[in-house]
Amino acid sequence: MTAYLLKRLAIAIATLVLASMVVFAVLEILPGDPARLMLGMNASADQVELLRNQMGLNAPLAWRYLHWAGGLLSLDFGRSYTYSVPVIDLVRERLAVSLPLALIALALSTIIAIPVGLFSASRRGRAGDTVAMGVAQLGVAVPNFWFALMLIYVFAVWLRLVPAGGFPGWGAGAWPALKSLLLPAVALALPQAAILARVTRSALIEVLNEDYIRTARAKGLPYRAVLWRHALRNAMIPVLTILGLQFAFLLAGTIIIENVFYLPGLGRLVFQAITQRDLIVVESVVMLLVAAVIVVNLVVDLSYAVVDPRLRTRQ
Amino acid sequence: MSLLEVDNLSLTIGNTQILKNMELSVAPGEVMGLVGESGSGKSMTALTVMRLLPHAARATGRVTFDGIDILTATEDQMCALRGDDIGMVFQEPMTALNPVKTIGEQVAEGIRWHTRASRADAEERARKMLDRVGLPEAKFPLSRYPHELSGGQRQRVVIAIACALKPKLLIADEPTTALDVVLQAQILDLLRDLVAETRMGLLLISHDLAVVTEMADRITILRHGEVMEAGDTAPTLSGQLHPYTRQLAQASMHVPARARPHGAGSSQPLLEVEGVTRDYHGRRISLFRRAPDIRAVDGVSLSMAPGQSVALVGRSGCGKSTLARMILALDRPNSGTIRFRGETVTGKSEAELKPARRDMQVVFQDPYGSFDPRQKVEKLVAEPLHVLEKKPTRAERREMVAHALHEVGLDQRDMDKYPHEFSGGQRQRLSIARAIITRPKLVVADEPVSALDVSIRAQILDLFAGLNQKLGIGYLFITHDLTVARAITDEVLVMHDGKIVERGKTSEVLVHPQSEAAQALVAAAPDLHRAIAKRMQEQG
Repeated sequence: MTAYLLKRLAIAIATLVLASMVVFAVLEILPGDPARLMLGMNASADQVELLRNQMGLNAPLAWRYLHWAGGLLSLDFGRSYTYSVPVIDLVRERLAVSLPLALIALALSTIIAIPVGLFSASRRGRAGDTVAMGVAQLGVAVPNFWFALMLIYVFAVWLRLVPAGGFPGWGAGAWPALKSLLLPAVALALPQAAILARVTRSALIEVLNEDYIRTARAKGLPYRAVLWRHALRNAMIPVLTILGLQFAFLLAGTIIIENVFYLPGLGRLVFQAITQRDLIVVESVVMLLVAAVIVVNLVVDLSYAVVDPRLRTRQ
Repeated sequence: MSLLEVDNLSLTIGNTQILKNMELSVAPGEVMGLVGESGSGKSMTALTVMRLLPHAARATGRVTFDGIDILTATEDQMCALRGDDIGMVFQEPMTALNPVKTIGEQVAEGIRWHTRASRADAEERARKMLDRVGLPEAKFPLSRYPHELSGGQRQRVVIAIACALKPKLLIADEPTTALDVVLQAQILDLLRDLVAETRMGLLLISHDLAVVTEMADRITILRHGEVMEAGDTAPTLSGQLHPYTRQLAQASMHVPARARPHGAGSSQPLLEVEGVTRDYHGRRISLFRRAPDIRAVDGVSLSMAPGQSVALVGRSGCGKSTLARMILALDRPNSGTIRFRGETVTGKSEAELKPARRDMQVVFQDPYGSFDPRQKVEKLVAEPLHVLEKKPTRAERREMVAHALHEVGLDQRDMDKYPHEFSGGQRQRLSIARAIITRPKLVVADEPVSALDVSIRAQILDLFAGLNQKLGIGYLFITHDLTVARAITDEVLVMHDGKIVERGKTSEVLVHPQSEAAQALVAAAPDLHRAIAKRMQEQG
């Protein structure tokens, strides 16, 4: 078990280091001189050169990478030149919106998907299954921003239950803040839930054909009990895998959804930073998102071992 | 009065008739043997009694258990019966247990469900039951997971689950087919004792006539869903009045006609194995520590003459398959050398092995799993041809495949079919065709007939014997089934714990085994003649 844990941890760290190199290199290759952008089109070559030296842009590549990566480790992400504040402050502020949003969406999608998957698998080929999977198919096909628009139309414009966008801040109290995150979270969660429900269903159907399901039935357990007690846990491995992979798409989704709902989150931050070529912010946020995906997948790897005892003893 | 009474039962799944006017009864304390070939409806009979049939199945007739009409009972009534009054044991112990639950949970689960006992009480009863089936607390605590147990041990857990609440009827569907003969004898003994202790009825389903004869008081012979013959075991099998009963009995004891081995006394041995050892790394216990290495094959030496047919017998896990893999150069020994036709094969590169590969081929146990389902027979059978020096043209290739198919008794038109269009026996013919297409000098066959029905098995054994005569192919049969060894081999090598403990002429070793391991194998092997004789004495 310890060996498995350490091995996964080592892989996660190695991935993180590699990812940081790729992120750094890609932004390095991109056209556009940050110093020139900051000073505007009218700045002289001397002024640009001076700023380049100040920003350390003329130092050797390797040195700059190490400097940047070292900064990341000590949470020093540098200064944004469009906001003129340390990036860490920006990130901290935005994370207070994006993190709850992502977590609520993740939780929602799981809460929706697993019962739907169970329902469909236990009624395989019958009307209920066909309807549920048809809806799921629709959920996979329709993009989340369209869901978002429809949700705004129904719940904000028509029923006037929740605000159509914007974020009052956590200072305004937990409930108003949560209320404004609700629609975005649902819009994010629905496509995820659709994919997850389909995966849960097919994983369950595969497991339900296993011999040990028949053994459990022969014990006298009703079908429903067999489904919950024996099938679900065995079907969790593929579900967890997809959950981990989907998390990356969930984060990508927040960029779009935060723009639709006008939420001051990381997604909007990175979107604006890209359009304004604020590369330091882009670098930092992208690294943060990469780290989040890697951590989530590490958690998924570790939860495999919780679900399946065979992984605990294997090397 | 009968405990279980199956009356005029017919069963269809979709448009296929599975059972037709089936009759069967089991009395308390009685062992009823249900015999038939695959597809005869044995398992479907069991699943009808359990009411665990597939959705599309439709049953008519009457099945009465202990006064309850099974076919019309509600699902709740059935749930109350299953696992309490009727227990069931399945064929495949490796997959019959839930891999993510401990054996304690799995045995206790049924007890808790039916008796509403507390967790502690249920676990205590589970503990007693596991002790009873031969899994003592010291070595098998309740917290063990199935993957930490061997096949025989897992089957004991399945039996513990089925018998935990002292059922009135136990249905055992091929309970020992996946186990080696020694384990089979142990599991059968256990079942026999449980029947004697609690006077439960046992419905024993098997394709193996010898096993059923040893165990059953009465026997029902099923073919294509219809009962061919039923009655007390001894008179039914000694009389063999029904032609199908006779056919089954003869097929189970079938020995192909073979001329004496040829090629013996030839100067160069076909295969020489000298002091071969293979270690596997022990499991990693922590980051820096491993369990000690496991020695799978321990200093084995043997030699085979061209055209000779040799059996390598032993219990599962004795190292016989590892040895075979090394002979086929699919695995490398840690020490020792293997020479094939005078050339050393150990430590050679794949390119250098090509000539040797041409002359040795393999036939596996499972005719279902060893073919790619999406390729046509022509391509599958022609697969080994890539080791030929000169690549055959398409026309030549078709010619060679047609010839190989003809030799194994298939039609050359079968070339354009897919594997799923063939029956199990035909598929095993295909794998033999694939093995002989390069005209090898040695074929290694790993349990080649153990997945087949007795009548098919007799045909395949005949085919092996014929090819041995006609083409002079030497065989190394890896098997735990002594009847196979008896049927078509000249010599037997008995393997135990990685070592060869006995070697000699087949006829001698199987009649007068010297080593302990060989004696255990011979004593445990079910033998139809012996079983009938014993039954005759008991039943008069």
